[in-house]
Amino acid sequence: MTEPVIVLDQVSRAFGPNRVLIDASLEINAGEIVAILGASGSGKSVTLKTINGLIVPDSGSVDVLGHRVNELRERDLAPLRQRISYLFQGGALFDSMTVFDNIAFPIREHLKMDSEELAQRVAALLAMVQLDDVEHLAPSELSGGMKKRVAVARALALEPEIILYDEPTTGLDPVTGETIANLILDLDRRLGVTSLVVTHDIPLVLRVAERVAFLEHGRFVFDGTLEAARTSGPEIVKRFFQAGVSHA
Amino acid sequence: MPSAFASQLPSFPAFQLRLSCAKISLLMDTHSSPSGVVRTVASIGAAFRLAGQALVCMVTPPLDFGETLRQLDRIGVGSLNLTNITALFTGMVLAVQSAYTLSKFGARLYIGEIVTLSLVRELGPVLTALMVGGRVGSGIAAELGSMTVTEQVDALRSMAADPVRKLVVPRLWATLLMLPALTVLADGMGIIGGLFIAVFQEGLTADFYFTRVFRALQFNDLLLGLTKPAIFAFIIAIIGCYNGLNARGGADGVGRAATNTVYAASICILIADFFFTKLIIGLAP
Repeated sequence: MTEPVIVLDQVSRAFGPNRVLIDASLEINAGEIVAILGASGSGKSVTLKTINGLIVPDSGSVDVLGHRVNELRERDLAPLRQRISYLFQGGALFDSMTVFDNIAFPIREHLKMDSEELAQRVAALLAMVQLDDVEHLAPSELSGGMKKRVAVARALALEPEIILYDEPTTGLDPVTGETIANLILDLDRRLGVTSLVVTHDIPLVLRVAERVAFLEHGRFVFDGTLEAARTSGPEIVKRFFQAGVSHA
Repeated sequence: MPSAFASQLPSFPAFQLRLSCAKISLLMDTHSSPSGVVRTVASIGAAFRLAGQALVCMVTPPLDFGETLRQLDRIGVGSLNLTNITALFTGMVLAVQSAYTLSKFGARLYIGEIVTLSLVRELGPVLTALMVGGRVGSGIAAELGSMTVTEQVDALRSMAADPVRKLVVPRLWATLLMLPALTVLADGMGIIGGLFIAVFQEGLTADFYFTRVFRALQFNDLLLGLTKPAIFAFIIAIIGCYNGLNARGGADGVGRAATNTVYAASICILIADFFFTKLIIGLAP
C-alpha cells in the first residue's frame, strides 16, 4: 500500500457568498493518476489550486508530500512547489518571453545549468511534447494546441513528483490530445509521477485514469475506480460518462 | 475592484495576510458585504503591504536585471516625447501668461524667474508625474492585470517564483530611476519653452533670460524638484502594480485596473505634492 501524497481533509472555500468547496476530502497515493470530474463551476480548479497553495482554504487541511500546505507561508511553499507542477487551463505562458525562455524559466530559477546544458534540456522537453523549431517564437505566434504543449514542457522542466493538470486536452485536436494522454501515462510508468487531472474529456479519463473523483456542488460525491464510476457510481457520474463517451 | 477584492485577498502572496490580517480577511470573506469604506481601507492597507514587501525585495538580492532594463526602456525612453512636449508647451504658456500679467506692472523682465521656479518647484515634477502616471501607471496595471487574469501570475507562484520580486520590483526600480530623470529633462524643456517666448515675443536676450534663470534657482528648489519625482514614482508604480495584480474578470477587469490606476495615482500625486511641499518649506523655508 503506497503512502498518500496528497490529502485534502474537510476542505471548504467560499468566494463571497459562493461556496465553491464544502468539506471536500480526497486522498491521492503516490504514482496514481486520478481524474477529477464534475460540471463546470463544481470546484475542480479550486481543488487543484488549494493543493499547491495558490488558494488558501477557509477551513480544513491540505497535506502534500508531508507538508501542511494551508499553514505554510508563501516563502515556505517554494521548496514544495518545485516538486509540484501545475498545468494551467490556458497554458499561462509568459507573453513577454519566447518559448525557450518560458520553458527555461523554472530551470533558471531553481537549478544551476550552463547555457549549453539548458538548451539541450529545453530541446529535450520540446521533443517530449513533439514540438521542434519553436524555441524562438513568442507565445502569441503559437496555435492553441502548441501553447498547451509548450506549457506541458514547462511543467515537466523541474521533473516534478506531482503534476496537476487543469483541462490538459481542452481545445486540442484528437492527435495532440492523444500525445498529452501518452505523456501522462509515460510519466507515470517511467518516473512514477503522481497525476491529478481535472478534465471534461471522458476519452482521456478512460485512457489514463486509475481512479475517478467526482465533484458536485463543491463536495466529492464519488471516489473510486474507473470501472466503479462507470457501473456502480451515482447516477450523475454514470450519466457523465455516458454523455462523454457518446459525445466523443 | 472592491467587489473582486474580497475573493482575492487570500489568494495572492502580497495579501495572504493569514494571521496578521485575519481581521481584514474575515471582513472580506464574510457573506455580508462590507461597506465601501471598509473595502477602501482594506485596499489601502493591502497596497501599503505590497509597498513594504517591494521595498524589502528592492534592497535584497536577487534583482532581475534583464527585466529592470526592459522596464527602464519602456518607462523612461518611452515617456520621453510625452513629458518633453508637455513641459515645452507648459513653459511657453507660463512665459506668455507671466509676460501678460507682469507687463501691467512693468516687471516682464522677471519671466525667467517665474518660469523657472514654477517649473522646477511645482509644474515640472507634478505634470511629469501626471503624464507618466497616466501612461506608465495604466500600462503597468494593464500588463500585470492581463498577466493576472490569464493566470500568468499564478504560474509564476506555482513555479516558486515571487511575483513581487519578478514583477513589482523591476517596475518600481525603473520608475524610481526614470521619473526624476524625466523631470529634470522636462524642467529643461520648459525653461527652453519660456526662452522662446522671452526672446521672440518679449524681445529679451537669451543671455539675460538664462542669467535670471540661474539666479532664481536655490538649493531648496532643486531638492524639491528631485525628491518629489522619487515620491511620485513610488506612488505610480505601487498603485499600478497593486491594481494590476488585483485585476479580475477578463478584459473588463484589466480595463478597470488601468482606469483606477490613473484615477488613484493622479489624486495621490496631488495630495502628496501638497504635503511634501508644506513639509520641505516648513523645514527649510
